Amino acid sequence: MDVLLQQVLNGLILGSLYAMVALGYTMVYGILELINFAHGEIVMLGAMVAVTVLAVLAALGVPVPLALLSALAAAVAVCVSTGVLVERVAYRPLRNAPRLAPLITAIGVSIVLQNLAMIVWGRQYLSFPPVLDIQIYEVAGATVTNVQILIVAVAAVTMGGLLVLVRRTRLGRAMRATAQNREVAGLMGVDVNRVIAATFAVGSALAAVAGLLIAAYYGIAHYNMGFILGLKAFSAAVLGGIGNIPGALLGGLLLGVIESLGAGYIGDLTGGFLGSHYQDIFAFFILILVLVFRPSGLLGERVPDRA
Amino acid sequence: MTNFLPERIYRDPRIARVAFFALGALLLVLPFVVEAGMGRTWVRILDFAMLYVMLALGLNIVVGYAGLLDLGYVAFYAVGAYFYAILASPQFGIHLPWWALLPTGAGIACLFGVLLGAPTLRLRGDYLAIVTLGFGEIIRIFLNNLNAPVNVTNGPQGINMVDPVTIAGSALTKPMDLFGIQISGAHAHYYLFLALTLLVIFIAFRLQGSRIGRAWAAIREDEVAAEAMGINTRNIKLLAFAMGATFGGLGGGLFAAFQGFVSPESFTLMESIMILCMVVLGGMGHIPGVILGALLLTMLPELLRYIGPLQQELVGRVVVDPSDLRMLLFGVALVLVMLFRPQGLWPSPVRARELHPENPDEVRQEQEALYDAER
Repeated sequence: MDVLLQQVLNGLILGSLYAMVALGYTMVYGILELINFAHGEIVMLGAMVAVTVLAVLAALGVPVPLALLSALAAAVAVCVSTGVLVERVAYRPLRNAPRLAPLITAIGVSIVLQNLAMIVWGRQYLSFPPVLDIQIYEVAGATVTNVQILIVAVAAVTMGGLLVLVRRTRLGRAMRATAQNREVAGLMGVDVNRVIAATFAVGSALAAVAGLLIAAYYGIAHYNMGFILGLKAFSAAVLGGIGNIPGALLGGLLLGVIESLGAGYIGDLTGGFLGSHYQDIFAFFILILVLVFRPSGLLGERVPDRA
Repeated sequence: MTNFLPERIYRDPRIARVAFFALGALLLVLPFVVEAGMGRTWVRILDFAMLYVMLALGLNIVVGYAGLLDLGYVAFYAVGAYFYAILASPQFGIHLPWWALLPTGAGIACLFGVLLGAPTLRLRGDYLAIVTLGFGEIIRIFLNNLNAPVNVTNGPQGINMVDPVTIAGSALTKPMDLFGIQISGAHAHYYLFLALTLLVIFIAFRLQGSRIGRAWAAIREDEVAAEAMGINTRNIKLLAFAMGATFGGLGGGLFAAFQGFVSPESFTLMESIMILCMVVLGGMGHIPGVILGALLLTMLPELLRYIGPLQQELVGRVVVDPSDLRMLLFGVALVLVMLFRPQGLWPSPVRARELHPENPDEVRQEQEALYDAER
């Protein structure tokens, strides 16, 4: 088995998940210049709801594709309403406040969501119901499962849909206009509040899909999963250039590959001093390095002031 | 701030002196009163409250004075705690004295503050928040995993049997007899922490009014203007970071000595956020407010213990585990304070006036004057 190829492949699968979450950060940042700290928790919510619904439907004997679709629908519904509610309650009143104010409420909201999830679902891990028969394929010496292929396919279709939405539709144009200049967009007849709410809705819907896929990928969901995931996705968004949609895609995939390769080879590189359980630190190192040396990210064209 | 009493009472030095001594006497007998009224657990809670006052005042320098949002503050706390624990426990069989370890631990934490601050302080506020948060996580991941191949931190189990602070040859954790009065470990630590807290409060006050403190305020209000006034913003920001980290490291060392045990569990992001809550809830940049915030947030969660039995009585069973409610309420408090009282519960008079002027025209006039100046 080709280890290198396998690591890269794993990294790309993981990276496509990071990319989906990173899109949520990047879209909100592009429009509001706000780090939506609670986004990772929205992903967690999506995963928890999807797993719960799926478990119930699977127990009732509902056909698998239908069960998966309803789980997805439920997750999207919950995430979108939560995302829009959070925007309305915690961010909109502070839109003209000092920059740190919405960041602090964002932290508050993410704590609230996390702890509500803990109270509702408990502290134990929810396992993804075994509704999918796992088949293993071999490609050029590396293995890949049908679930992983499905994950990548769904992620690709969803993200393609997002690109079409942003580039080709009226709403997308309104979003881009609002991102460029909120006031002028308002003068041109764009209902800015509605567009911002729609951005949160779209980002949260992506988060719901990502939540389902992540639960399927790891086989578990947990009230605590959103935080680290959110940070990594944010790092991915910064790596690609925050506010830039193709950048989030690139950043997500790159981060996935770096993490996978890093976890695979860090033991050899440091002579066994650091092991694969240091996987989580790569995202943070990348984040710090990018912010220090190239704050606009790989694809970021506009340089945010002093950042 | 409104004065509750006639103005002359605040001016009279004799009354001030009496009040000072009364407060001092109250602080001295407080642990005995608390023990008599509420039991020994509350003396320990009091000790922790004091520890958090120190930490919150340290973070207040970074967040309140200099306006830099630091979400990884707990990293410095962890560095101080682990430095003490490693060099004063059976972990390596090293037992250095506490009076050497506490200041050096604070110094090491300060060094970490500079290490983190030097590359990142160019970043704008929200990026800085995320980077510091990442730094906090990196430290925690290392603490969790540095048990192999060389066992430095003993991994998730943490380090046990950390040496307590000893005074005149007797450990502070053991009960002792002083002039016929029984003094328990919790009481002895109360006095130690009280002394250090007063020291920290004194330093914080002196810093605030100093040239450095005014430079911090200037940077917080307008960095570009501050730079134009000849302030070396990079160094001054770094100094804020380093000072905050120093207090964090000191708190960490005390925590290790007091608790006798450290593990990565104690240094999660939630801890950072809790300390941030204390600063924000109390009133950023206002020392009495921050102290109030720290005291409230250490004491109030303890009251949640009584919610369990209360539920039992009302509903017949425990619906929500009280300890689960703690962080939830912190989150709600953060959001509500930011939305409805961004200046905090006890803000500095200047801040309060900026955010809620008594005379609304004042702000408009000021803004108009600025507008004219810009033209």
